[in-house]
Amino acid sequence: MMVARVGAWGISVIQEMGRMLLFVLSSFAWLTRPPLRFVQIVKQLHFIGYKSTFVVVLTAGFTGMVLALQGYYTLRKFGSEGLLGSAVALSMIRDLGPVLAALMVTARAGSAMTAEIGIMRITEQIDALDTMAINPLQYLIAPKLVAGLIGVPLLVAIFDVVGIYGGYLVGVELLGGNGGAYWNSIASAVEWKDVYGGILKSISFGLIVSWICCYKGFFTRHSAEGLGTATTEAVVLSSVLILVWDYFLTSVLL
Amino acid sequence: MIKLVGVEKTLGGQRVLQGVDFDIPAGKLTTIIGRSGEGKSVLLKHMIGLLQPDRGQVWVGDKEISRMRGKALNEVRKRFAMLFQGAALFDSLTVFENVAFPLREKLRMKGAEVSRRVDEKLEQVGLAGMGHKYPAELSGGMKKRAGLARALVMEPEIILFDEPTTGLDPLMAKSIHDLIVAMHQRFKFTAVMVSHEIPEIFGISDWVAMLRKGKIALMAPAAEFVKTTDPEIHEFISVSGPVSLKEAAG
Repeated sequence: MMVARVGAWGISVIQEMGRMLLFVLSSFAWLTRPPLRFVQIVKQLHFIGYKSTFVVVLTAGFTGMVLALQGYYTLRKFGSEGLLGSAVALSMIRDLGPVLAALMVTARAGSAMTAEIGIMRITEQIDALDTMAINPLQYLIAPKLVAGLIGVPLLVAIFDVVGIYGGYLVGVELLGGNGGAYWNSIASAVEWKDVYGGILKSISFGLIVSWICCYKGFFTRHSAEGLGTATTEAVVLSSVLILVWDYFLTSVLL
Repeated sequence: MIKLVGVEKTLGGQRVLQGVDFDIPAGKLTTIIGRSGEGKSVLLKHMIGLLQPDRGQVWVGDKEISRMRGKALNEVRKRFAMLFQGAALFDSLTVFENVAFPLREKLRMKGAEVSRRVDEKLEQVGLAGMGHKYPAELSGGMKKRAGLARALVMEPEIILFDEPTTGLDPLMAKSIHDLIVAMHQRFKFTAVMVSHEIPEIFGISDWVAMLRKGKIALMAPAAEFVKTTDPEIHEFISVSGPVSLKEAAG
């Protein structure tokens, strides 16, 4: 009995993963067919990217400031305050920037995407698209996936820059560290492979957020409770996958 | 025009359709009635390929659509329009944009021609001057009218109506029925309607079909349907009051 239950659970998990994979592959396949939904992509970029800028800047600023605060007191114990810039910048560019920016996009835009698509499912707006011979994956989903792939890396770039300046504000302006040493340590410690690694992470996180959130919304069950569950699952699953994928990518990139 | 042969469907472990056979006549208004939960909307969704049967065939003209996907199915769907229970208007678009949506998306139509056709349809359904409003600003009846305008704008051969008067007061329901009849007489499309509005639907339908226990229990011209000797169907159609028929029905 127990074995049967575990087996049934395993099969359902594999089926779900198969559905998710087909969902994203079909959406990208539809992207290659005309018409190109350029206006839709720009609209989604505005929603996922531009409208997330404020929260990303706010988070980045305070993350950089806390990093500098903690880093300064730790490095001072070893007389290495001059390395503060590299500590802040490497943490930001290699890991914290992509992860925290993607988590903020999940919380702000990802949950809204799931809710929007879920409501369209419940109120039969997605069925209406189908009846008009307009593929919902092409019209609704593909532009969101593209916007996630473009928007999240741009937000991560902003996050990194603001975070480094936040670190400068605390480490140099507030705690009296050496400004020249701060920037110089960044220039000498940060390599192109750190930047590439950050970009690669941010692109994959952008895909994870838009993929999971769109999928959960698209297959929402037809009830208010179903919509609530879908939104929660989208945020939790996206966040967990971001952290898990971050670990694997980091171990490969190091 | 639309023919279902032995259509079976199980949803959520429940056998909803258990071998539906029927033939929708072209150019007529056919109404499907039945108790709540019998699968009338499920049946309607099979006709346009929103659901695929587990067994059986769905024919639209000379095309069998039950296993169709992608482009082939979209070609068939171009012949259809559907008015959903809640109108299914896109809530991020205005009424004008909703009605213009299929013209812009499917016909790549632009500018003045779109405005002309949308304004014409909005006027026909009694929503002239309301194009700038969003669906959230409309009453239930106005949403249905806007949904009807969107359904009509592509001048389809077949329109499916999924409980078009649900949630409306009797006067508003009557006005929607009158509008459907007027549009049907004017544009001569094939209409299939799912409705609970008994006995009103006998006054507007050419044909009536009753879905019972997953099968079509009776399908007949409205005038003959009301003469049924089946006690269960008789009780079902007469419980809400006397039936009056459409003029020159059948």
